[in-house]
Amino acid sequence: MTQVEAPTYTADEMMAVAAARRLRDGTVCFVGIGLPSQAANLARVTHAPECVLIYESGTIGAKPVNLPLSIGDGELAETADAVVSVPEIFGYWLQGGRIDVGFLGAAQIDRYGNLNSTVIGEYRHPKVRLPGAGGAPEIAAWCRETFVMLRHTPRAFVGQLDFRTTGGAGVTCVVTDLGILEPRTDGELELTELHRGVTVEQTLEATGWQLRVSPDLRRGAPPQPEELQALRALTPANDDLEGRP
Amino acid sequence: MAEIVPLADAVRELVHDGDVVALEGFTHLIPHAAGHEVIRQQRRELTLVRMTPDIVYDQLIGMGCARKLVFSWGGNPGVGSLHRLRDAVEHDWPEPLELEEHSHAGMAAAYSAGASGFPFGIVRGYEGTDLAERTRVAWISCPFTGEHVAAVPAIRPNVGIIHAQQADEAGNVQLWGISGVQKEVVLASSRSIVTVEEIVARLEPRPSSVYLPGWAVTAVSEVPGGARPSYAHGYYTRDNSFYVEWDEISRERDRFQEWMARHVLEREASPA
Repeated sequence: MTQVEAPTYTADEMMAVAAARRLRDGTVCFVGIGLPSQAANLARVTHAPECVLIYESGTIGAKPVNLPLSIGDGELAETADAVVSVPEIFGYWLQGGRIDVGFLGAAQIDRYGNLNSTVIGEYRHPKVRLPGAGGAPEIAAWCRETFVMLRHTPRAFVGQLDFRTTGGAGVTCVVTDLGILEPRTDGELELTELHRGVTVEQTLEATGWQLRVSPDLRRGAPPQPEELQALRALTPANDDLEGRP
Repeated sequence: MAEIVPLADAVRELVHDGDVVALEGFTHLIPHAAGHEVIRQQRRELTLVRMTPDIVYDQLIGMGCARKLVFSWGGNPGVGSLHRLRDAVEHDWPEPLELEEHSHAGMAAAYSAGASGFPFGIVRGYEGTDLAERTRVAWISCPFTGEHVAAVPAIRPNVGIIHAQQADEAGNVQLWGISGVQKEVVLASSRSIVTVEEIVARLEPRPSSVYLPGWAVTAVSEVPGGARPSYAHGYYTRDNSFYVEWDEISRERDRFQEWMARHVLEREASPA
């Protein structure tokens, strides 16, 4: 029997690590729940201890030890520098222009970084009714830049969105389980980095439009042991982030 | 001055068929017990307003209380879809459900406007999204600078319902922790019901708490555990495992109805 070398990390872990690395220390970050929250907290407990995490529940400077299930878990309030009301967080802090990075997930993305989190199918007779906008439209509009995280599949990376929930003009990077996409000067996303073990062909196949590949395509470093250790300490075993909106 | 009454009486007197009703609580302090009382009293044709419809709205919608939903994010936080909401939207079961959807910033501004007595709120948003066509929004220019902003009509519910940690015997209410839009919804509504963990002789002032004077509240009901499976900071934590279980309970119509019969309909209204 052939012994296959066991993978030491999953594609999702690679995605979380790659996204966390993009957050510079000291960044003020408006964090969506699920994959973005995982990555932002990983950054905070590794290379970016001065990162300020803001959740839409009004918690400013949250420092959870365990990842929250919702955007308003008690641990976020208990570890925050301050807790403010929802009108205040969206008014003074977000639309007031105080946030550096908005960090979002979505169900669909197009080549310009526009996002759909509203419906799959026709609006009045949807195939799948998704949760809706939440904070995303204004987060993307008013943070200085927006990072997006989602798994790379043809169902997610589509030629035509079923609904444009959130404009993509501020998106500066899209981190997936295959690599990283960044906008060219004309605003169209191109593949700029591949994770270890992933091929360009595989990424093109997983994209529902003709994805451009940067001439300076980088190869990302695999997760370091300390990154994996910190990530696993944040995420309880078998905790599935799949359904997290 | 707020009347201190049993929850069943508060709902009977203050929530009517066809009303615009908002139950608020942003993950924290969600007024589940009050929602269950509305279901037990079989209110119909409600326009339900809530930024983040989650389990309690899934229950109200699945039990046929709602005609319309005004919201900005409808899901089971951290778990996935609301199956009863989806069944209503995708298959008109048990009733067709009209949707009016916003962004969080839009709803927060609309509640603030409602509380302030303004006709509309303003948001620097809705630009470049398909949402503008699906919601009530209009574009206006700032009369001073000409800046282009979105106007959202004020939310003014007939009844606003929240849960808080404490009230005193005069009906003054204090809540703390994540405070969401609870103050706004009470002040934006014509009538209000506040359920509380406990009624105390005297409220200890707490820094950063939200205080609602009894003269700004219609009814206060003591309902210990009234936010469960949501949480009440300082009293009990969020029952995350129930949120995960709800995914299974609510998936099929039969099982949902059976669960509601056993855990909501057949249960006594809360103690006085």
